[in-house]
Amino acid sequence: MGEPLESAGLFLRLSAARIRAQLQYRTSFALQTVGMFLISFLDFAAILVIFANVPQLGGWSVSEVALLYAISSLAFSLTDLAIGHLDYLPQLIRDGSFDLLLVRPRGTLFQVVTQDFQIRRIGKVAQSLMVLGYALATLDVIWTPDRVALLIATIPAGALIFASIWVAAICIVFWTTEGNEAANAVTYGGTFFAQYPINIYDRWLRRFLAYLIPTAFVAYFPCLYILGKADPLGLPVWLQVSSPLVALAAALAAGLIWRTAVRHYQSAGG
Amino acid sequence: MALVDVQDLRKEFVVRRGSGLRRERVVVRAVDGITFAIESGSIVGYIGPNGAGKSTTVKMLTGILVPSGGRVSVAGFVPSKQRTKLAARIGVMFGQRVQLWWDLPLIESFELLRHIYRVPAERFRQNLDMLGAALELGPFLRTPVRQLSLGQRIRGELTAAMLHEPDILFLDEPTIGLDVVARQRVRELLLRANRERGLTVLLTSHDLVDIERLCSRILVIDHGHLVYDGGLETLKERYGTERVLVVDLEEPRPPLDVEGARVIKVDGPRQWIAFERERTNAARLTAQVAALAPLRDLTLQEPDIEDVVRRIYAEGATGSAGRSSTA
Repeated sequence: MGEPLESAGLFLRLSAARIRAQLQYRTSFALQTVGMFLISFLDFAAILVIFANVPQLGGWSVSEVALLYAISSLAFSLTDLAIGHLDYLPQLIRDGSFDLLLVRPRGTLFQVVTQDFQIRRIGKVAQSLMVLGYALATLDVIWTPDRVALLIATIPAGALIFASIWVAAICIVFWTTEGNEAANAVTYGGTFFAQYPINIYDRWLRRFLAYLIPTAFVAYFPCLYILGKADPLGLPVWLQVSSPLVALAAALAAGLIWRTAVRHYQSAGG
Repeated sequence: MALVDVQDLRKEFVVRRGSGLRRERVVVRAVDGITFAIESGSIVGYIGPNGAGKSTTVKMLTGILVPSGGRVSVAGFVPSKQRTKLAARIGVMFGQRVQLWWDLPLIESFELLRHIYRVPAERFRQNLDMLGAALELGPFLRTPVRQLSLGQRIRGELTAAMLHEPDILFLDEPTIGLDVVARQRVRELLLRANRERGLTVLLTSHDLVDIERLCSRILVIDHGHLVYDGGLETLKERYGTERVLVVDLEEPRPPLDVEGARVIKVDGPRQWIAFERERTNAARLTAQVAALAPLRDLTLQEPDIEDVVRRIYAEGATGSAGRSSTA
């Protein structure tokens, strides 16, 4: 237990150092955080626009979609807050600074994500929490202990699923040195899809989202269980509560892909 | 066991040349079968022209690159397999890469590194005191790294590489951008750490004074092969066979014509006469010169390492002349 705790401590220490550096520019920091908070509302506004025209979406009411949106968006924004610096991996690889991470006695993935900590990303977390509050206040759900437990477990599990997808996708840069766009299509695209009920999508896209890139497990399947909805696709009920296990499996797979990718690192400049 | 043990080490890169449909795969052998061992407590210079395979070798020794073939062991670890364990025992400074936190005061970067390397607080304080005094970090310890001059930053980087008391230090151009005084300070620090706690250093440098002052042994690499492994004196003898006799004549004369030697420079009454070790010697040459013109004074210049290296590079670039002399 000592090792993970110590690493968590170092994560906080490094993040705190990054935050201190950003706080040297207080006004800019404040504006960016508020900006992030407001912009993320546009996202949710798009959903409200749809519901202004139709009373239901794939059999889901506005409050139900709000819960779906809030869980997936909270999971994503937490992931983004913790490991968002992964976006800079292509740059680290191109200019060879990834070399320096390899000669330090810590995991490389850990070091990449702790290179920076953008505190402004907390704006998106705040917005997700507000939508979650709206959903919980307007939903007509009987909160049995199993539903509460699943809701609580779903958020870290969803964050872990998003993180795993992100890590796995970004690994392409170890071979191509470019490829942020490909990785972004998968991660940000995956987030977008996870914010709507999957039964509104075409069949192949549904399978892709449920199994290959498991974003359906971030919010959709747990929401079916929490809301007590019958699965319109008739999939087994155990799928609805299996998100934490899917998250662990995804994390293991992503870890394996990362290890393989790092061994392919070719270090710039001969 | 030797601190560094390298056997038949190889690294191949696949390079794609051309574009579109006519792209072809070319295998480049950056390091092509290198074998050497470094004992604990030595300072070794690793020299060779750009693109010879120097940094590729160092990257394999430090666990950055996975070798294509051969065996490596550093401080008892296989770098590519036990990377994090090895990292705790080595210090690395690459001239061009910044490992300090750009927007934090220098001292805070050190503090973060202390936690990354798990250095006990007391040891950290002692090491920082020692390094800070040796490199005179005091005046800019609380300055953000981005505001440091190049020389100050490099001294900071060297400190960062030594705070965790590594067994071996890999230095790539450690004195680049430093003024003469700072350069001397860096060299003294390395010699002292070597003397007092047996620090081993593998050094690549274009500053040949670094090599001459610090290194007891030199490895020369060219085209991925080790072309020389031995002491500085032997290297000079082997590659620097040409010495120069500088003579001051009583009065200016046209270039003297002496057997087995040639005049390479004339400046008033002073003439520089270069000669090969095998063809003549200083005594015979002096006698010849004295017979031709009245002599006032003379000095003998030994080849310096700059000439030696220039010669190795020249030979290496033209083919196998260097390789055939592998020890």
